[in-house]
Amino acid sequence: MSAPGRAPAWAVDALLDDPATRTLICCGSGGVGKTTTAAALAVRAAERGRRVVVLTVDPSRRLAQALGLADGATAEPRPVPGVDTGAGGSLHAAVLDARATLDALVDDALPPERAAQLKRNPVYGSVAGSFSGTQEYMAMERLGQLREAALSGRAPWELVVVDTPPSRSALDFIDAPARLGRFLDGRLVTLLRRPTTARAGLAAVPAAVAGRVTSSISGGVAAVMDKVLGGALVRDVQALVQGLDVVFGGFQQRALATSAALAAPGSGFVVVTAAEADALAEARFLLARLARDGLPTTALVVNRATVLAPGAARLGAEEAARLAGGLAAAGHERAAGLLRLHAELALTAAAEAAAVGRLLGDRDDVAVATAAARPGDVHDVAGLREVAADLAGA
Amino acid sequence: MPADAAAPAPTDPAGGVRLHVVTGKGGTGKTTVATALALALAGEGRRVLLCEVEGRQGVARLLEVDDLPPRETEVAEGAGGGRVVALAVEPRSALLLYLDTFYRQGRAGAALEKVGAVDFITAVAPGLRDILLVGMVYEATRRRVDGTRGSGGTEPDAQPDADGGAPGSGAPASGAVPWAYDAVVLDAPPTGRIGAFLGIGDELAALAGGGPIAGQAASVARLLRSPATAVHLVSLLEDLPVQETVEAAAELADAGLPLGLVVANRVLGEVPGAAADDAAEDAAGVAAALAGAGLDGAAAREVADGLVRQGAARAVALAGQRRHHEVLAGLGRPVAVLPQAPGALDLAGLYALADRLGEQLP
Repeated sequence: MSAPGRAPAWAVDALLDDPATRTLICCGSGGVGKTTTAAALAVRAAERGRRVVVLTVDPSRRLAQALGLADGATAEPRPVPGVDTGAGGSLHAAVLDARATLDALVDDALPPERAAQLKRNPVYGSVAGSFSGTQEYMAMERLGQLREAALSGRAPWELVVVDTPPSRSALDFIDAPARLGRFLDGRLVTLLRRPTTARAGLAAVPAAVAGRVTSSISGGVAAVMDKVLGGALVRDVQALVQGLDVVFGGFQQRALATSAALAAPGSGFVVVTAAEADALAEARFLLARLARDGLPTTALVVNRATVLAPGAARLGAEEAARLAGGLAAAGHERAAGLLRLHAELALTAAAEAAAVGRLLGDRDDVAVATAAARPGDVHDVAGLREVAADLAGA
Repeated sequence: MPADAAAPAPTDPAGGVRLHVVTGKGGTGKTTVATALALALAGEGRRVLLCEVEGRQGVARLLEVDDLPPRETEVAEGAGGGRVVALAVEPRSALLLYLDTFYRQGRAGAALEKVGAVDFITAVAPGLRDILLVGMVYEATRRRVDGTRGSGGTEPDAQPDADGGAPGSGAPASGAVPWAYDAVVLDAPPTGRIGAFLGIGDELAALAGGGPIAGQAASVARLLRSPATAVHLVSLLEDLPVQETVEAAAELADAGLPLGLVVANRVLGEVPGAAADDAAEDAAGVAAALAGAGLDGAAAREVADGLVRQGAARAVALAGQRRHHEVLAGLGRPVAVLPQAPGALDLAGLYALADRLGEQLP
């Protein structure tokens, strides 16, 4: 589809065919079609000869099925059935499993007994299982792992396409390592890190001990924490922080390395949006933020756009409305109805294009690709192929 | 004086509901619907607090005002003294306010900030963040005009809430003081996280084992499960949003949370004469009509083909919408329908949506 306004159309195939392209990250607010876009780009790259892995976050059941991820251990990449490998490419897909990823980090970092102990901590379950926060950290970790595997040549893929979690804000994903870093380097952790008792922090902490530790630092922080959170929770959190310290330390190093790699050539962010006010506003912030952080924006993908049928596109909204009036008066109800519908669609398409133009402002460095709204959801490889063809303007 | 005599008593369009939680799949326009609902309630003379918890400033963008500060800010006026006050609830200030309100610990808050505990609570321990956000909404719901607090139920209760009774809160047992807000509308996280967001009180109560946060979490849970609360589900009439709405309805019902409206958003309208899926053969007739209206022959045929194709696509979309509407109706809750505004949604369009929603409130 053609790009609205002055923005250059995204040369999707040139990017996918370039062997230097190694990582694509699809980001955007919730519900704009990130997962579909990631999977569609992955299918197209694979069918054009790349060896690809796509990491999806929370795909719909039917899309997961189409990607061969309906059941079993879906956290490990598996070959996707139904992809044309004639050009020498291949496609693997996996679902992000934050809990399993964190468990694996814990198992790697700690001796078995301590790992088991940590995983039994009630707060661990809440942190690992919670949908917000942990997912961003673990998505970054998985991206790092998949890239590492690709670079080592051990894995059957060399291009990594990732979908990002439906976070509170699309920026959470890129912010995750720094935020965790701030926390790990913070004084709270230093404070909580102190062993509380000889029994590895699992036993009750005498209030006096907690009080003594903190009073020297900032006048009863622990006492306040204790008051606010309750003593039992503070103790669980303390035990958790001590346990996760080692785990997150290693994670943090990798996450920063991955972050840095994302700014290097070969990586690109694909900002996905829908042609609606909320989503476009979010995309604007995301584009500005990527630019500020020196992260490369490859393209803006506008999903669910109103696209006029070829042939009808030459007819403007006003002219259609005028013609409709005349034809209705002449008794041509069918033609008048079609023209009224066209006027509505043309108005919407123009408003969407104007909104995308406003979103980009004077930026001429962001290529745009548009995918038309579809009557149903995309839930098979053929559907993904069509979306990708739309994006590629093919 | 009996409690209900002093309570503001306009006819209640939402059946005694004071806390409206608006959720939906990402991308369905729940912020738009939450804002339209707040405007609709204010249009009936209510004082409405509209809370945003995701830090996205969606409300400010829709209402075309500056980004909202983390304090209550009037953003719109309705008829008959109604108004909408908006609040961007933000974990950092929620925590500080919480400390100040309950423990008179404003300075301790600063100390927590210094050691990074605020970062911990707001970023690394997401469960705690959620309870702070919900807690702040709860506090606003149960606040009376004189600054004292009740349980937040449908009527200002005579007794201060036992567990909400913070040390030194000094709430008079007089009761009968009207609520500071007649209604609170919460633009909540999307359906994928709504259960955790609202139910987190239970999880935390279990975790915190009797700490003060657990105490507050229990009060929040009581309000959420009371008839004073309604969780409204926003959906599009499309496969995935409907599927997710059905799942969310089941999840919320299992958790004992009261469902309110189901809102079908951005519904495409019928265009008389346009949508006929069996009309592929009538392109010639349409072309003739167009040619008669002054389009030249070859162009008329091409345009007609395009128009007919658009009409067929709309017919398919409308059939899908009808099917999906039936599924939503099957949830046993009233389904409010909001039309897709042609073009982009502007302020006038938002007020028009508010009117449409207002007409459909039970």
